[in-house]
Amino acid sequence: MSAVATVPVGAAEGPVLVVRDLAKSFGGVHAVQGVSFAVEAGRMLALIGPNGAGKTTCFNMLNGQLRPDRGEVVLAGRPITGLKPRVVWRMGVGRTFQITATFTSMTVRENVQMALISHEGGIWNPFAPARARHVAEADALLGLVGMAEQAERACGVLAYGDLKRVELAVALANRPRLLLMDEPTAGMAPRERVALMALTAQIAAEQGIAVLFTEHDMDVVFTHSDRVIVLDRGRLIADGTAEEVRRDANVRAVYLGSGATSGGH
Amino acid sequence: MFDLILTQILNGLASASSLFLVASGLSIIFGVTRIVNFAHGSLYMLGAYLAFTLVNLFGPASALGFWGGVVLAAVLVALVGLVMEVTVLRRIYQAPELFQLLATFGIVLMIQDIALASWGAEDKLGPRAPGFKSFVILFGNRFPTYELLLIVIGPAVLALLWFLFQKTRWGTVVRAATQDREMVGALGVNQRLLFTSVFAFGAGLAGLGGALQLPREAVTLHMDLSTISEVFVVVVVGGLGSVAGAYLAAVLIGVLHAFGILIFPKITLVLVFLVMAVVLVIKPYGLMGKRPVGHVRGPAAAEPLLTPADRATKLAGLAVLLLLVAAPLVTPDHLLLTLTELVIFALFAASLHFMMGPGGMASFGHAAYFGLGAYGAALAVKWLGAPMEPALVFAPFLAGIAGLVFGWFCVRLSGVYLAMLTLAFAQIAWATAFQWVDLTGGDNGILGVWPSSWAVPKTVFYYLALAVCAACVLALRFTVFAPLGYALRAARDNPLRAEAIGIDVMRVQWVAFTVAAFAAGIAGGLFAFFKGSVFPTYMAIPRSVDALLMVLLGGVQTVSGPIVGAFAYAGLSEQLMKLTMYWRFVLGLSIVLLVVLFPRGLVGGFLALRERHGAAGSGAAGPRLAVEGVR
Ligand SMILES: Nc1ncnc2c1ncn2[C@@H]1O[C@H](COP(=O)(O)OP(=O)(O)O)[C@@H](O)[C@H]1O
Ligand SMILES: [Mg+2]
Repeated sequence: MSAVATVPVGAAEGPVLVVRDLAKSFGGVHAVQGVSFAVEAGRMLALIGPNGAGKTTCFNMLNGQLRPDRGEVVLAGRPITGLKPRVVWRMGVGRTFQITATFTSMTVRENVQMALISHEGGIWNPFAPARARHVAEADALLGLVGMAEQAERACGVLAYGDLKRVELAVALANRPRLLLMDEPTAGMAPRERVALMALTAQIAAEQGIAVLFTEHDMDVVFTHSDRVIVLDRGRLIADGTAEEVRRDANVRAVYLGSGATSGGH
Repeated sequence: MFDLILTQILNGLASASSLFLVASGLSIIFGVTRIVNFAHGSLYMLGAYLAFTLVNLFGPASALGFWGGVVLAAVLVALVGLVMEVTVLRRIYQAPELFQLLATFGIVLMIQDIALASWGAEDKLGPRAPGFKSFVILFGNRFPTYELLLIVIGPAVLALLWFLFQKTRWGTVVRAATQDREMVGALGVNQRLLFTSVFAFGAGLAGLGGALQLPREAVTLHMDLSTISEVFVVVVVGGLGSVAGAYLAAVLIGVLHAFGILIFPKITLVLVFLVMAVVLVIKPYGLMGKRPVGHVRGPAAAEPLLTPADRATKLAGLAVLLLLVAAPLVTPDHLLLTLTELVIFALFAASLHFMMGPGGMASFGHAAYFGLGAYGAALAVKWLGAPMEPALVFAPFLAGIAGLVFGWFCVRLSGVYLAMLTLAFAQIAWATAFQWVDLTGGDNGILGVWPSSWAVPKTVFYYLALAVCAACVLALRFTVFAPLGYALRAARDNPLRAEAIGIDVMRVQWVAFTVAAFAAGIAGGLFAFFKGSVFPTYMAIPRSVDALLMVLLGGVQTVSGPIVGAFAYAGLSEQLMKLTMYWRFVLGLSIVLLVVLFPRGLVGGFLALRERHGAAGSGAAGPRLAVEGVR
């Protein structure tokens, strides 16, 4: 089984994200060991693997939160390895977190407005009221993720699934070309999960966004991914279509061993 | 010259020993309990006072009398520490850092008045140690033998501590607890007993440090704050939680002081500042300190929603402003003076609130910028012969520039590290004003800072202060609700998310720090002309704590809080001062009680109440543990 992704022919400008030989250790823990893959525009790539496989660590290296020990991250042909998260974001990478990260002292709308203001480069304005800015755009994004009715609520009191949706709206605010979603449906009911990922797939296709997501629910993975890569103890052990991966003996061993085929958090 | 250098090194080593004792005690306590004990300088002072009394009681002439007194003083201070832990600290281990610092500061105030009542306001000169009264000739200079003894005591205690931590069961448990607190529970250790014993031990070290100073310097009521700020510098440089780091830093600072006096006698502390700055740039968590893994915010989980004032609040604000405008028509002159002061303090409190509330950066040294504003105005008058108007404009720039410089370092840290560093900077500013007599007049201050003739009448000056302060408070308020204020809150609520949407967290906080310093400088400039003079006490630690209390009293989470708090606090403390001579004790006790009764703060307590009565379903806000990426 080759761990290196094959870049398909036909992608006009090449993949949006190319990852080569990424590795990271924490002391003695080899969290990620030489991972390579690529994601194309408008496509959904699922990164799956048991807890502790290194998925979040991978995400953290992609958006600059962690500096890799080794390897290279290339966004639309430009190397972004080791750049700061805020710089990576400005280059068009949106991200949601496994442990949701929102601003609790702000309303749902203000969370999105904040991202929009930052995207427009307007955070240094010390005077004009922020609440009045980008209201329509924020509401449009919230409508997209189904949070329009809750726009005035405080982020601190939302249900977990709703927070995930707010994060998606925030992550879309800079019109990203790459979207990183770390367990976007954790804490949601099964029906909600399917709906959210269907929506994500639609947005990705419409806006030509490349999406990399991690997910424990295999139904979601098999329905909504164009390709699946499997991580186990820091190594890529499979790469292919959902069907191929499902039949892969290594993958079955890992998943039967851990028993986490669906519904994990 | 070479001789002189060696002598100064010895001097530095001698003064390092006591500093090391106090700093290591603070560090050990922090390692296990995660509390930075503000009252550690007070324990040091108690050690010195108790030693003074006991040594004189036992007879200072005999070795037994002297050393018996010193050791007993240390033991008594350990007992005081034990009482402190059992009555106060044990109850606040879960409270937010800011409240822990405040509670221990309350104890500082209480001990100050206890010392005043027991030993009086006069400095006490201790006896010299029997057997160590003479000099030896070293490198051609006379060198007191007691100093040599101190030089030996530092490393000796370091070695003893090492032995204790490596070779005894108690020490092993303490080390384990310092590395991993959860593990201690698993080891089957009585946690309460461990915490209490560690606190008493650390207190005893501070007491010993104070007692050993007895033959060296007079015992005064100012020892507590000057020691604690020096100790903060030592632990910031050495690394909080590291005993060896504390020794290294104590020696570094001690030697630096000794040389500073030689080369740069006016502003030795500037040298200390420079060294601290260099260390912090290279190693933000100190020479031997480790970066805290996953800085966890206090349990006051999610910051509550901040909304712009509703109609009622706006009307109330307008009403207060109108009342203030109308006040001179009805109030007598002396009340007008009080009002002027209140208005100035409201701006001072609002400026601290700006960085502390939306910014989440609690400063224990905000008076530095207030004081620098006052000195800015006074220096412009004294040295440039400037009239009031340009002097008032100059004032905030001095404060703002200091905020720019100090803030650059402060925003690199967070939590207790930030609090300690702000306090250390404030102390440096204070000491500069105090020591640089040629420029600032030292303790005598600068007199004759009078307003221009048009502003001399009390009513006119009141309106001037009101206009400037109201405008500044409103501007700060506007900023809180402007994009910059939002970005600041974003950085506080979730730095990870803020960076992930393109916000430069450190830069936003740096700007906020500077703005807060600038605004405090405006208040300080007005205050200088209001009083007609400036003194180093304008930037002393108690004034910083005044501002903190104003903000906390009014509530950190609301924007109008500091204004309400300033008025409430100033009114209360004035009454208190009239009521009793020991107002510090009463104030300290109230702070301690407040924190113990409402460990989550007043607003936190209120929110907890509301939560209990509110819907249970809305509590699922996910895991609270926010791991901040601190660089
Ligand atoms: N900051 C860190 N420090 C030390 N170890 C870490 C850190 N982050 C992750 N790890 C370890 O790296 C491994 C991979 O973790 P993670 O990437 O979170 O896995 P996943 O997201 O697939 O569940 C785990 O063993 C985890 O304990
Ligand atoms: Mg994960």
